Amino acid sequence: MFRLHFLSIATMLLGMLMQSACAATNSYTVEEVTDGVFYHQGVHEDATEDNLGAIANVGFIVGERCVAIIDSGGSFIEGELLYEALRKQTDKPVCYVINTHVHPDHMLGNAAFKQEEPVYIGHEKLPAAIASREDFFIRAFSETLGDAFEGAEFIRPSQTVSVGKPVTLDLGQRELVLTAYTTAHTDHDLTVYDKQSQTLWTGDLLFIDRIPALDGSINGWISNLEDLKSENINYVVPGHGPAGKDQWQQGLDEQLSYLKTLREQIRQIIYDFGTIDEATSTVGLKMKDDWLLFEQYHRRNVTAAFVELEWE
Amino acid sequence: MFNRFIPIFWMSLSLFAVAIPASHAATDKEPTWPSLKTAYFGDREIRDNADDLLVLEAPKRAEDAAIVPISIKSLTPQSADKYIKNIHVIIDENPMPYSANFVLSPELGTVDISTRMRVDQYTYVRAIAEMNDGSLHMVSRFVKASGGCSAPAGKDAAAALARMGKMQIRMRQPTIGEPVQAQVIVSHPNYSGLQYDQKNRKYIAAHYVDDIDISYNNQTLIKVEAGISLSEDPSVRFTFTPKEPGKLKAVVHDSKEQEFSMEKDI
Repeated sequence: MFRLHFLSIATMLLGMLMQSACAATNSYTVEEVTDGVFYHQGVHEDATEDNLGAIANVGFIVGERCVAIIDSGGSFIEGELLYEALRKQTDKPVCYVINTHVHPDHMLGNAAFKQEEPVYIGHEKLPAAIASREDFFIRAFSETLGDAFEGAEFIRPSQTVSVGKPVTLDLGQRELVLTAYTTAHTDHDLTVYDKQSQTLWTGDLLFIDRIPALDGSINGWISNLEDLKSENINYVVPGHGPAGKDQWQQGLDEQLSYLKTLREQIRQIIYDFGTIDEATSTVGLKMKDDWLLFEQYHRRNVTAAFVELEWE
Repeated sequence: MFNRFIPIFWMSLSLFAVAIPASHAATDKEPTWPSLKTAYFGDREIRDNADDLLVLEAPKRAEDAAIVPISIKSLTPQSADKYIKNIHVIIDENPMPYSANFVLSPELGTVDISTRMRVDQYTYVRAIAEMNDGSLHMVSRFVKASGGCSAPAGKDAAAALARMGKMQIRMRQPTIGEPVQAQVIVSHPNYSGLQYDQKNRKYIAAHYVDDIDISYNNQTLIKVEAGISLSEDPSVRFTFTPKEPGKLKAVVHDSKEQEFSMEKDI
């Protein structure tokens, strides 16, 4: 009797201990966008200990010979979960880990793939972006993620891609074209294009449903997005939001419309010698219901765009 | 005079041998301010909550850690016998808490200054007015750090470098004898020197604007002695009254002894 009681309490305690981690780990799955292209859709939240930082889209593309990971997760744990999800699909080795940019939700899982000894790849400016932000991100995210931060590392790329010089990777009967962009979402955005399925993995060049976060150049972002419209693309995996065939064109238009509205209204305020505070308290507020996490990111976007547009 | 513009943890090691934690939020452990106060002002008395003299505006939440607008207004006009001589801006939890010293002329008339700062984490931002009689008066605001992916580092270092030294003096059409707002901006990456480049195993050299002198007809109105807490592309916005036609001039000096200047006829 006593023993049974003890066991049930122990189980209950253990259950409580595991709860926060399990909430995310049990449900971690990847979805097949098209043949051999898998992604896990991040939740539309800010990173927390409970969601393990798994807020961005991460995943992998499987070739005949090996696998490329595209963005590794918002924590070491998410990297491991992605690795487990990969192993449910295939035993092929991981030959590349591609990081679309420096933000922690896209690269804190890098270390989970170390044992595969992959080539880590990023934009030519990714190493500088890591150098100038790493200390801040480690401090900020060790607080944000709590215990879930453990094991995370900013692993630098051992191969980089330069603007204007796309790099083709061969996974065995499957070629990926990596393109480095001029400043847009960040100053080191990289996209991955799978020739076989005509799938474009946009990184954070494209946000669907979740408000885009500007950490680069509003002018550059608008012009790079407009260029994307003319590409030969069938499927899209955005940085955030659902992947697939159907939603991305509308998503791209909505994002362009958001950025252009901001730009137009901010330009007017700058022209009238207005301040950042005036801009953040008026610009774009009518779009509040169009985007998830608007309150968390909109005013920051206005601030960042303002200081850029001052130099036009 | 000792240099206030050095990171507090280096200063504390070298001068005071007191470990001031530079890497935790203001919400836990001991408050940072008492040791900063001693470091910067010794045993001088500082009147706190001087809301009758100064208004400090700062956002409750730093939307973008790299660009946090702050503004400081005085509730009494500058006059020859009673004026604010300096405004010291201190951001407790930044790596270099002593962030700026605005040296003000009694000629300025109204004190209404805004600038943009980097805010590393949850912190108090303080403005301390030093009057011409030497008394010190402080107001402070608590600023929450931004969430997510915004870091105090610049967004496009190459763009900032490419236009380094480019300046703007912006203002509405001025009228002689009337107060007018003006803004001086200089494009500069304002590298803090605290970022470690692991690939090359060295710190990225600090390179930042350390002095901005704004004068009207060769008489200094505002001089800003600055550290690494100023945002990339430093901006100073202020109000002044041109009493006669003349030249508004801004001279910017940086930590690598480069100088940039611009003037505007009024």
